[in-house]
Amino acid sequence: MASMRNKNLGAGRKLFIALGGSAMVLNMYLIFIWVPTEKNLGIVQRIFYLHVPTAWVAFLAFFLVLIGSTGYLIKKSKSWDRLALASAEVGVLFTTVLIVTGVMWAKPVWGVWWNWDPRLTTSLILWLIYLAYLMVRSYAPSPEQGAKYAAILGIVGFVDVPIVYFSIKWWRTLHPQAVIGPGSTGGLDSSMQLLLLVSTAIFTILFVHLLTTRMALRKIEERLEEANHIVP
Amino acid sequence: MKRSLIAIKTMVWKDLLLELKSKDVIISIVSFALLALVIFNFAFGSSSQLASLIAPGAIWVSITFAGVIGLNRLFVIEHDQGSIVGLLLTPVSRDSIYFGKMLSMFVFLTISEIILLPIYAILFNTSITHPIFLLIVVLGTIGFASLGTLFSAMAVNTRSREIMLPVMFLPIVMPILIGSVVASANILDGGGWSDAARGIHIIIVFDVLSLVVSPLLFEQIMQE
Repeated sequence: MASMRNKNLGAGRKLFIALGGSAMVLNMYLIFIWVPTEKNLGIVQRIFYLHVPTAWVAFLAFFLVLIGSTGYLIKKSKSWDRLALASAEVGVLFTTVLIVTGVMWAKPVWGVWWNWDPRLTTSLILWLIYLAYLMVRSYAPSPEQGAKYAAILGIVGFVDVPIVYFSIKWWRTLHPQAVIGPGSTGGLDSSMQLLLLVSTAIFTILFVHLLTTRMALRKIEERLEEANHIVP
Repeated sequence: MKRSLIAIKTMVWKDLLLELKSKDVIISIVSFALLALVIFNFAFGSSSQLASLIAPGAIWVSITFAGVIGLNRLFVIEHDQGSIVGLLLTPVSRDSIYFGKMLSMFVFLTISEIILLPIYAILFNTSITHPIFLLIVVLGTIGFASLGTLFSAMAVNTRSREIMLPVMFLPIVMPILIGSVVASANILDGGGWSDAARGIHIIIVFDVLSLVVSPLLFEQIMQE
């Protein structure tokens, strides 16, 4: 019975991966071939359609860490902790991609790989906060305490997310202003705006896939840990 | 209310008494901060023009690093000698324990700063008596002590706590640090309230946030 259910789940998952994968291939076609080249920045501006969606996914991931952490501290149930842990890991991954694509874009446009602009600095701090989040789990005396400490960091650390978002408004900065979302200046060509939305949606699908896979893996890890407790 | 005030007072008095005998925390904070300052001097050169430029950053960064050393000691006695259990068994709310510890840390930092700031004034050839600058120091220290107490209580239970404390605490305290450096720079450059207001607002917002959220989360840590 259990194996039947797993098989069905597998089929659904396979379909999800197939559709999501094709969507990502389509996304790459749209980004690198379909969308017109930006007039001032040239070809390098295409990295924009990877850079902005990654930022969105990272923010979403850290928001889910906040939700999962709060849930864990209130309910003390492992499922909330799974959500927080998986989301933090994927969030760190996407923040890494965010910073790397940012660095790649900065070199041709600003002439330097990195400047200590508020947006860049706060993003780096964000990355460091969630790195500490992952570290504290392995340094805690027990997995339960690790989960609790991580949850506290997941709540306090979220403060940096709005700071990253609004840093371009609060301080003088080289980083372009928001072209979409709350507090945006608009002024984006319609095909570019469309692609930005499409790319964001497809990256969100990728995020959901990675998140649920990691959560399922975490569940298996927990079962293994319990089994190790019974048979040391 | 009165009961918890008495509890807080007793805890702070206990910590101060221990500190008076050992002088552990304050001596390590002061000596480390001065050492950090000497190293800054190597990193940035020694022209007096540059000194006034880097003074606010150097003051705050050296106090921050030294403060982390002090934070590392904050719960060590309770943890290593097991008296934390006794503290938790007393009919005192977790909030009072938090505020007691936070206040102890605040006092340690303030005493260290009273020793350090005149030395900074001499070394960097700058004036530290501006009332707004002193206000920034007090506000920054409140935020530092309040967030630091939360993370110190967490880090003391982890393996290699000397590493885990700065790794967790420094990125979180960064907004307070940035606000303090920016506001201090404005004042030390000869500016007034309107120049420093932005930085001071950042510190106040984070102080308030931390003073509200930290006791709640501290309760979670102490639930063992």
